Amino acid sequence: MEKPPDGYIVFCKRACETCATVVPAMKEIAEAIAALTIYCQDDPGFPEGLPGVIDDTALETSFYFDIETVPTLIRMEDGQETGRAVGWDRAEWRRLSGMDGLGGDLPEFRPGCGAKNVEPGIAEELAVRFGKVPLASRRIESPQLEDDVETCFTRGWTDGLPVVPPTEVRVVRMLRGTDRAADEVVGRIPPNQAPCTVEKVAINAVMAGCKPEYMPVVLAAVEAALIDDFCLHGLLATTYFSGPVVVVNGPVTKAIGMNSGVNALGQGNRANATIGRTLQLVVRNVGGGRPDEIDRSTLGNPGKYTFCFAEKEDDSPWEPLSVERGFTKDASTVTLFAGDGVQAVFDQLSRTPESLARTYALCLRNVAHPKIPMAADAMLVVSPEHGRIFSRAGWTKSRLREELDGLLQFPGADLVRGAGGIAEGVPEALKEATLPKFRPDGLHIVHAGGTAGLFSAIIGGWVASGPKGSQSVTKEVRS
Amino acid sequence: MTKTTILLDPTSENAPERRKRLPRPADLQGLTVGLLDISKARGDIFLDEIEARLSGKGMKVKRYQKPTFARTAPVELQQKISTQCDLVIEALAD
Repeated sequence: MEKPPDGYIVFCKRACETCATVVPAMKEIAEAIAALTIYCQDDPGFPEGLPGVIDDTALETSFYFDIETVPTLIRMEDGQETGRAVGWDRAEWRRLSGMDGLGGDLPEFRPGCGAKNVEPGIAEELAVRFGKVPLASRRIESPQLEDDVETCFTRGWTDGLPVVPPTEVRVVRMLRGTDRAADEVVGRIPPNQAPCTVEKVAINAVMAGCKPEYMPVVLAAVEAALIDDFCLHGLLATTYFSGPVVVVNGPVTKAIGMNSGVNALGQGNRANATIGRTLQLVVRNVGGGRPDEIDRSTLGNPGKYTFCFAEKEDDSPWEPLSVERGFTKDASTVTLFAGDGVQAVFDQLSRTPESLARTYALCLRNVAHPKIPMAADAMLVVSPEHGRIFSRAGWTKSRLREELDGLLQFPGADLVRGAGGIAEGVPEALKEATLPKFRPDGLHIVHAGGTAGLFSAIIGGWVASGPKGSQSVTKEVRS
Repeated sequence: MTKTTILLDPTSENAPERRKRLPRPADLQGLTVGLLDISKARGDIFLDEIEARLSGKGMKVKRYQKPTFARTAPVELQQKISTQCDLVIEALAD
């Protein structure tokens, strides 16, 4: 970019009525002070009849001067900006130009119009074009004759579904979604223990299809996954079905439009789908955790593409998961649970909490295997219609949990190896013991779903739940 | 014509920027080799010679032909070769 000469500069555009209005003032300045340079953002033929109009339709000079409004009058002395008047403010223009009678026939004040260089989506393109992008990642060229979506596939960057190609402009836009620096290290991602920067998360968020405003939730999910208790490495490598299930709580869920209602555990909501997918792509791409390499899952589960939903806190019979886990109701949090598929709970006839709790207990017993206690945790997702049965009867969440704990105690004799003609089971030594299905804190209860349907859902946990394997973790969302 | 697009690498950048070719087999014994005639003149003579040499070394050889050299191989042919062979030799010569 050629540096503007000393004197005065005006940035303007033809499409701006204020700019058209102040053309007489520009002419007055040009006549009185020869050194006037005009940069027009949309039409180098505007304003007519004035010398020194420079074509800035590429917006480079506008970007350099960080213009927000047109017209903007700038005074340059010794190559430096020494004053600026934004919009048309007659007194300001007179003061800056030193011309007392300037714009005598013009109105006193007109606010001006938004500059083209700050129109939505333009700023990031200009930043990339004019070299103000401090991104550290390696640039990969998508060959001329190859569709860039195909390049992402052939490079092995996708989960099997197409991704949005991570161009510099898209990544810069994604980074606008967080206050954190692009080079901040979020943590080391297993299995390769590769350092993961905010920038790498943003690249994968672009590919997953996130909006920039999801970034704080995505970052919290990645941070949560790296908490040692969660045991991401083991979860990735296991032959079992499980993967990270992401539950989001708090005001952010509404702010970014997450789904906690109809089809909450299913497809169709961009935030739910892409936040969960980003976490998996970060593990794949940054951590190097790919199926049939370190990921040894025998069957996997469809939730390993993405499994993320919001808790339905409105109309919930109970305090949200986040509050139960020690956060305030105003806090937004991400909780991760090492879970597998969704097991349906069908009960259309129970009208008392006692009866419904019995249904839950019967179904919960099946997690992993009815004869295996304290191995897998579980998440019970109670729907609104089922939830109402508990709230009408005044049952708190802890009351329900207490009831389920009582119903889920089994005599060792029924669980030992060979009992019921089934070889699977607990060691013979536990024959005399009474064994709970879940370890303490092993049953999580959340509220979600559409308003119609007397169903709930069980998300079974990893059979290595607990301190030796994975424990559920929660991280607060920050900007 | 598509323009070249610059993408940012989403990985930990431990792999080389240029994609590696598939590793060559250490030994050809017992492998099935596909010989693809792209339908250019005398490609078959070249492939007949290759077939005779490979068969003499105890390798299994299968012959394939593209309908025309001017276009890429039909998907069905590509799938046939990739599922039936370990290696493929393509006769490009006139």
